[in-house]
Order: sequence, then C-alpha cells, then structure tokens
Amino acid sequence: METIKLTIDNKEIEVPKGTTIYKAAKELGIDIPTLCYMDLHDLNIENKPGGCRICVAEVQGKKNLAPTCSTNCEQGMVVKTHTTRVMNARRTVMEFILSDHPKDCLICAKSGNCDLQDMSHRLGIREIPGAEFAEMSTYRKDTSPSIIRELDKCIMCRRCETMCNDVQTVGALSAVNRGFMSTVAPAFEQNLEYSTCTYCGQCVAVCPTGALTEVNHIPQVLRALADPTKTVVVQTAPAVRAALGEEFGLAPGTLVTGKMTAALRALGFDYVFDTDFAADLTIMEEGTELLDRLSRHLKGDKTAKIPILTSCCPGWVNFFEHYFPDLKDVPSTAKSPQQMFGAIAKSYFAEKIGINRKDMVVVSIMPCLAKKYECQRDEFSVDGNPDVDYSISTRELASFIKQANIDIKTLHDEEFDAPLGESTGAAVIFGATGGVIEAACRTAYELYTGKKLERLEFTELRGMEGVRSAIIDFDGLPLNIGIAHGLGNARKLLDDVRSGKSLFHAIEVMACPGGCIGGGGQPLHHGNSEIIKARATAIYTEDRKKPIRKSHENPFIIKLYNEYLGKPGSEKSHHLLHTHYFDKQKKVIIKK
Amino acid sequence: MSHIKIELRKEDVDFIKGVCDSFNKDPQELINVLHACQEHFGYLPAEVQEVVSEHLEVPVAKIYGVVTFYSFFTMTPKGKNPISICLGTACYVRGAEKVLDEFKKELGIQVGQTTKDNKFSLSSLRCVGACGLAPVVLVGDKTYGRVAPDDVKNILKEYE
Amino acid sequence: MEGLRGEPTIKPPYPAESGYMGKPTNVNNVETFAAIPVIILKGAKWFSSIGTEKAKGTKVFALAGKINNVGLIEVPMGTTLREVIFEIGGGIRNGKKFKGVQTGGPSGGCLSEKHLDTPIDFDNLISAGSMMGSGAMIVLDEDDCMVSMAKFFLEFTVEESCGKCAPCRIGNKRLHELLGQICEGKGSLDDLDRLKNMSLVIKDTALCGLGQTSPNPVLSMMENYRDEYIAHVTDKKCPAGQCRSLMEYVVNPENCVGCTACARVCPVNAITGERKEIHLINPAICIKCGACMEKCKFDAIFIR
Ligand code: SF4
Ligand code: SF4
Ligand code: SF4
Ligand code: SF4
Ligand code: SF4
Ligand code: SF4
Ligand code: FES
Repeated sequence: METIKLTIDNKEIEVPKGTTIYKAAKELGIDIPTLCYMDLHDLNIENKPGGCRICVAEVQGKKNLAPTCSTNCEQGMVVKTHTTRVMNARRTVMEFILSDHPKDCLICAKSGNCDLQDMSHRLGIREIPGAEFAEMSTYRKDTSPSIIRELDKCIMCRRCETMCNDVQTVGALSAVNRGFMSTVAPAFEQNLEYSTCTYCGQCVAVCPTGALTEVNHIPQVLRALADPTKTVVVQTAPAVRAALGEEFGLAPGTLVTGKMTAALRALGFDYVFDTDFAADLTIMEEGTELLDRLSRHLKGDKTAKIPILTSCCPGWVNFFEHYFPDLKDVPSTAKSPQQMFGAIAKSYFAEKIGINRKDMVVVSIMPCLAKKYECQRDEFSVDGNPDVDYSISTRELASFIKQANIDIKTLHDEEFDAPLGESTGAAVIFGATGGVIEAACRTAYELYTGKKLERLEFTELRGMEGVRSAIIDFDGLPLNIGIAHGLGNARKLLDDVRSGKSLFHAIEVMACPGGCIGGGGQPLHHGNSEIIKARATAIYTEDRKKPIRKSHENPFIIKLYNEYLGKPGSEKSHHLLHTHYFDKQKKVIIKK
Repeated sequence: MSHIKIELRKEDVDFIKGVCDSFNKDPQELINVLHACQEHFGYLPAEVQEVVSEHLEVPVAKIYGVVTFYSFFTMTPKGKNPISICLGTACYVRGAEKVLDEFKKELGIQVGQTTKDNKFSLSSLRCVGACGLAPVVLVGDKTYGRVAPDDVKNILKEYE
Repeated sequence: MEGLRGEPTIKPPYPAESGYMGKPTNVNNVETFAAIPVIILKGAKWFSSIGTEKAKGTKVFALAGKINNVGLIEVPMGTTLREVIFEIGGGIRNGKKFKGVQTGGPSGGCLSEKHLDTPIDFDNLISAGSMMGSGAMIVLDEDDCMVSMAKFFLEFTVEESCGKCAPCRIGNKRLHELLGQICEGKGSLDDLDRLKNMSLVIKDTALCGLGQTSPNPVLSMMENYRDEYIAHVTDKKCPAGQCRSLMEYVVNPENCVGCTACARVCPVNAITGERKEIHLINPAICIKCGACMEKCKFDAIFIR
C-alpha cells in the first residue's frame, strides 16, 4: 500500500494514502476537536460534510486553514494543530455557532451529554460577543409520538440527514432552505409524524445537540407509580442490560441485569419482568409460522409466502408499511416482544392476580424509540386501554434512576419476578443483529427435525456486516437465512423479494445498525462504534451463562401454553400475539 | 401543520409523469423536471413535488430541500396583479398598516398569499424610496401614493 | 447540476479530477471560453503580447457607479485604474470627488485613491486587497458611506450563502449585524477589532470561495477608510451623510423663506413654523426620510 509521510505538531508519521489529517493526528495521540464529523467505523457509516470548521489546522503552504476531518494527508505535509491562528479561528467559529444557539442547558434534554456543550467547555467559551443583538434562526418545535425536534438547537452537522438517507434510505429528513435559515427537516417542514419516518431513532442517536431527542415519558411513569390504585408492571428489553451501565460510568459491555432489576424494584415497580420472556414467546409463534409456511411451500402450496420476514422490530415494520406495502403479507404476523408482553400481562397475568386491565400500567424499558410509537398504535389496545402504556428508553431509565438518588453500582443483584421474568439464552440474543434468527433456528431445528440440536451457537449468523447470509442444515434441508441490519440493507433484500429474485427462506431485519444494541434509545455512543461491538459481546456472554438456551424449553412458556394459550398458532394465540399491517404509502387522489 | 393530501387532477398527474418520463426518470434531472413543472403550473405546490418524488424515486424531503434552496423555485403562486405595500418607516407612520389591513379584509388573504381566483397576491416590502408619497402601494408596475384605507376599494376596482 | 442542493463539496478532489457526475469537469467562466477561439485563431504569441508579464491578454470590465460613462469595456491587462476611470469612464459624475472603486463584485475589495495608478492584473489586485473576480467595477464618490457600502455587500453574501458551513452561514450574518450597529451609532472601537477578527476568521475557515472572499469589502474598506469607521463609532457621525441614524436634518435659517412645503410633505409632522417664518425640525420626531430636503426649493434643509 502506498504510504505518506508527514509531520503533525513536529511529530513525524507515516500513514496509508487516503488517511485524513484528523485520523493521522489521532494515531499520534493528538485529539483534534470535531463537531460535525462522525465515523462509525465498524458499521461503515461516515459523516463528513466539512461544515462546522471546528477541526481546522494550519497546513504549511496553504492559504487557508484546512478542515482536518476531510483533508487527506499529502506527502511531506507540515501540519500544526494548535497555533494561535488555529486557536483563535476555532474560538471565533465556536462563538459563531453559539451565537445562533439557545442557551437552554438548564432544561435541555441533552445537557450533560451534549457534544456542543462539551465543546464549548473544552474551548473555554465564557461569553458570546454581540449576543445582545444577534438574531437567531428559529423554527417550529415538532413533537411526534417518539421524537421531539427542536431545530433552534440544530448546528447543521447533517449527521441525522446521513443516517436517515444514506444509512436508513428512509429519506424523511433533508437539509432545507438556504443560508442562515437552513436546517434539517421533513418535506414542507411538516411534522415528522406526516413524513415516512420509521421512528428508528437513528437521527436522535447521532445528534450532537438537543435538536433531536426522544419524547420523555418519565413524568407519566412517575405519576403511575405514585398512584396507589395502579399495579405497575415493568418489562426490560434484552439490549438494555448490555448498555445501561454506560450511563453510570461502567465500561461499555458491562452487563447490569441484576443491578437493573434491583433498581427497578427500588423505583417502586410492583412487578419487575423481562421482555425476554416475551421474546421466547415470539420465537414460539414466529418459529411455528416459519415451519408452517415452509412445509406448505415445500409441498408446492403457492399461497405459502417464502421468505418469511421477522416482525419484531417496529422500526422495520413502519418501513415496509411505508415503502413495501405490496409485500405486507410477507413478514411474520407475530407481534413484537414488547406487544406480546403487554397483551399477556394485561390478560393472563391480570387475571392471575385478579385485577382489571384498566388498573394495570405496563411500562417497557426499551433501547428503541420506535416502540414508543408502536405502543400507541390503535390495534394494540382494548377499548382504548393500551397493552403497553409507556415505553421508555434506556437513557430515560438511567435518568430516572439518577433522579431517585439510587446508586446502581452499589446495588446487589436481584432476580426478575415470576412468571413473566423467566427467559432463555435464545431470548437474550434478540438484542444483537442475527440474534432473532439464531434463536428461531435453535427452536425451529428441534421442532422440524425432532432431533436435539448439538451445536447451539450459529456463529455464522453473527457479526457486524450489513447484509449477511448463511445456510443452516436442517437435517438435510438446507435453510437459506438472510440477515440485514440498518434499513438501507433491508431495502436491498426487500428489492430482491419484490422482484422474485430472493432465494432466502427466512430473513431477519433490524432497523438499527447493530440491532437493538445500537438502538435509538440507547446511551449515546458519541460516534464510537466500539461501544456497540462491546454490547454485542455482552449479549452473547449472557446467553452462554443461561442454563436454558432454547425458547421452547422455557418452563414458564410451556406453562403459559398449557394453562392459557393452548399451542403456538392457536386461535387464542392469534388473537393475543399476532397482528396485521397497513399500507401507509402516500396515494395520489385524483380530483374530479 | 397537518397532513398534506395529494389531490390533483388527472391531467396534471399525467403531465408530471410525462415530464419525468421525458427525462428518463433520472433523479439527476430533478432540477430540470422541477423547472418544467414550474413553467407549467406557475409554481411548485406540495402535491406536484409529491408526484415528482414518486416518479423519480427521490424522497420528497430532498425535493423540498432543492425547491427551498434555489430562489427561482417558488411554492406560492403569484396573482395576476401582485400588490405590494410599502412598510418602510415613513409609510408605516403614515398608516400603511391600516391600508394593508384593508387590503387583507377586502381580499380575504394574508401577506404572502394569493386570492382563490388568482387575481391578486399580497406582499409587503421595505422602503421603495418614495417616502414623500407615503403610504405607497404598488400594483404590478403601477404606483399609488398617499393611499388611505378608503381608497383600497377603488384601487381594486381598477383591476376587476 | 446533479439534482442536488447547490452546496459545494469538499475540495480536493477538485472539479478537474472528479466533478460533474464524478467525471473530470472543466469549470471556467464564459470569458475564459470566449478567449480560447481568439487564441487559437491568432496564436498564443499574439495573445501574450497583450497585457503584462504575468497576465496575458485583455480583460473585460463592467464599469458602473458614480461615473460618467458606464458600460462594458475591454482593456489590456496592466492598464491603470486611473486610465479606466478618468479616461475611459470620463471621470466622476456631477463633478464629485472620487472616493473608491469596488472591483470584483461583492467578494472583491474597495480600492482607494492611493491605488489609482496600480496597473490592473490578477496579482496586483489581490495584493491591494481586492480581486479581479467578476470584472465588475463600481465607482464610489464622496457621498458613499464605506460602512453602509460594506453592509450592502454583506447583505448579498448573507443571501447567497448556501448554509453548509458555520463561518459563512452564521459569521456573515454577524458581520452584517455588526455593521448595522455601527451604522446606527451603536458601535465601539472594540467592535472594529471584532469586525476585523471575524472577517479574517471567516476568510480563513469558510468552505468555499464565497465565504473565503465575502469579508473582502469589509477588510479593504476598513483598511482604506479607517477614519470613516472611527468617525462612526467614536463621534457617532457618518462623514458621507448616508447613515440615517447618524444624520440630523436641519433647516438653515439663512435660506428658509417659510414656504411650508417641507412641513406639508413631512410624513411625521416633525416640522413646525408659521408661513413666511423660519421652520424648525424636531429631531426627536424626525425619521430622516429626506422628503423635506427633496421638496425644499431653496436648499434650506441640510444634513448635519
Ligand atoms: S443542545 Fe447542548 S448546548 Fe444546547 S442547550 Fe442543550 S445542552 Fe446546552
Ligand atoms: S427516526 Fe429514523 S426514519 Fe425517522 S427521521 Fe430519524 S433516522 Fe429518519
Ligand atoms: S438536527 Fe442534530 S444531527 Fe441533525 S443536523 Fe441538526 S444538530 Fe446535526
Ligand atoms: S432495531 Fe431494535 S431498537 Fe432499533 S428500531 Fe428495531 S426494535 Fe427498535
Ligand atoms: S462558504 Fe458559504 S457558500 Fe460556501 S460552503 Fe460555506 S456556507 Fe456555503
Ligand atoms: S427628514 Fe423626513 S421626517 Fe425628517 S423632517 Fe424631513 S420630512 Fe420630516
Ligand atoms: S469536524 Fe471537520 S468540519 Fe466539522
């Protein structure tokens, strides 16, 4: 490989051709400040509009300062990253940026976790000259079921635009207007609600400021907990336990399952359950549906649609309802684990403890913002009473725990409550890309072949590659499995399904890069994709620690079917655990 | 703001489709497609952008981004007789705002809007440099000076 | 051109390597193309025999402003500004005094009297703090205020900024606002330093040519007409009598015949006085619209 030699701050370095000054400096331990730049290396996502100009440095022989994030190293370059000229420019540009930014840190959702705030602190900004008469660019605030947009706080880093367009290929957001009034918005600067937004939350996950944040449901949850007439039940998704610790200073990838359970109990939840239980249930229903469709398909039944697509990710569900409504009978009809849990909690469990569903409040802790929208869908409620009342993100839970003055690090591990707290290793891996289909394979294999599965870990289904495929041998039947994470990757597989080119029997799709561990409600990764990898490792570690690792062996699942549902795919199961999809594509109405 | 319904006449939809086809549905031709549509419709309402989006397979947000970037694209139709009212300081203190209110009342539209019959559109501008004639109203190229609210009806009559 | 918003991309790669649709692109303005056939026809030698050592050929300028002969002119490189303005342009209109010439459009700079004998070519203009740019030459006379002019040019940049990079999107807006403050007499000496610092940083950090040149008028005008800027911030006066907030309309009692024309035209009734008596302008009410001065047939109203 061709290499390039250059000098940065009097230190010599040799880098491969095509390396940016920023990256070369980083190798030398020089951390040039950046704002708009973002490199999620392991997920192959990069945002470098060169817009903020915070990362500038002096390059000998160049007239102007160079943005190091987007300037490649050249042979013999001499770079200085902190001359007075550079420092003065950086400060002045930062003053410009802050002069068009509300000073709302006291009540801002991002405060304490805000890249802009950090940068202001790092550059030692103490006043903004001329702020008295500086006009600000202001925009209408927009609240959707999942996401709040406060574009007054937008710094035009364009990260959200990159995520929504290049990564997710949703295209709900675009840079609009020009000059001082330019911002990022849906078409016609309408509310996000009226766009094709999937609520995947990836824009929120990367926004360096408080311009994009999740809708905060903590006040409602607190009110429910404070109400003695309500029984408040909480469920926690698999990916939460692999990330929550980060908010309390623990290393990424630290599992905090037991501490989280203890904290939830300390917060006053009456029953602390696990979404993993419902994930096992999902495998039972989805796996059965897969086998049913597969065997009908093998028998030549043309009505049996193959491939079957997973349906546990509501961001993904929103995506195909908007973009592939013609394929809406291809995905499994199984509800997401969150909604399965809610349906069971407010029927089976409510009956069991003898209360009315109206007196039960189901709260879910999710790595996800799409789940906020999902639990508000009409079809997931009975007489106006939702199966899941509030869905709060990992970040919100962390904030809630801090508000309650609970020190998670000193808590002793506790166990989930029974019966909806018992789960298997198969359910845990739902949190990482490939996990759902791996879990499904563990169960489907045994149900299909009637044999015991010797090798539990389908490592060929794991990894961070955007689109993956593997052939799993079902005792002579080669099963073609496809996996996509990130909606842009999903689109590729869907296009093939639409055109009939797809050879897969089953496809797992997760809307978020990395799966739920990289969800829009997770602790912010601040552009460090190592964090997401560490969470995946944690998830697979938890799986290995579980005594039972196949969903159909979960004793409480067996009990639920025996006592209540009958068998997977039964009428009752269908009523409670399955759903249907809608065509949300915009239609042109012809005026008479 | 509420949901935008895409309601268009069939011939309009066909026209847009035709334009997109003539550019081979190439998303890179977006600007040319929009030009052709604006030439035809006089402006680029949301509905037109939605249909272009469908045929070129470009997200409508991106199209809106382009439309709001270039000043030669507009989303509001101008009336046949554009009315501009000077709200410069001199005109303002001489009661231009009352004149403006009268226009709004008579036409039933706000600043930046166009009447349903497309006859008039209303805009305000800063000093036109005729302070001695304040308040000043422009209709098309014609200038009216020392306009009182009572004169508004008569001015409009000229264009009936 | 590719169906996108017209935002500049990061350079390098330069358009010549990877431009329109990823192909090498030749970005030249019409004038350069226009020169090519002539060069081919008459040969490069002929072309280089015109002009200066470093800048060959001729250059077309659009001459405008307070000058007697306006229009497009074509002169050999190396012609001096004085020749262009006073010989070809026929001097300043209405016999007023030459004050400066803005070359290169809103991104260029304003050259003062001391540059009049500079031979025009690319390098000389740049070292004088301006540029060839669009080839526009706007001649300014003693009635033009150099703070207002800078503000006027900034207005253009603020409108033209694409919004992609922070220094241009926000910085130019702030420059414009600060110039506005100075025009209104709300500026301080400190602000002049800020103005300069902001301008230099915008030039140094902006992504594309627009932002990298937009502060040129401010810098060159502050450099060449510093006294005028200082007058605005310390004496709160506009020597050219352009800045409304810094003007005071007064009646000269020697000339006023009491015709009442001014009082009748004043939109805010700031003028009092009986017929045939000397009139008086109340500065607290006056909005400085200038209508009275225009109306007065006896030159009795002037700006202080
Ligand atoms: S976005 Fe950041 S800097 Fe802005 S108000 Fe919020 S916390 Fe403060
Ligand atoms: S939530 Fe996802 S789909 Fe919606 S705007 Fe953000 S990135 Fe786009
Ligand atoms: S909304 Fe956030 S992510 Fe998007 S451009 Fe603005 S600051 Fe960046
Ligand atoms: S991948 Fe997980 S976090 Fe992301 S939208 Fe889907 S369910 Fe939510
Ligand atoms: S300098 Fe101005 S025009 Fe150029 S990229 Fe920056 S904002 Fe856009
Ligand atoms: S300048 Fe205008 S406002 Fe002032 S006195 Fe004269 S006419 Fe009246
Ligand atoms: S980080 Fe380099 S321009 Fe923003």
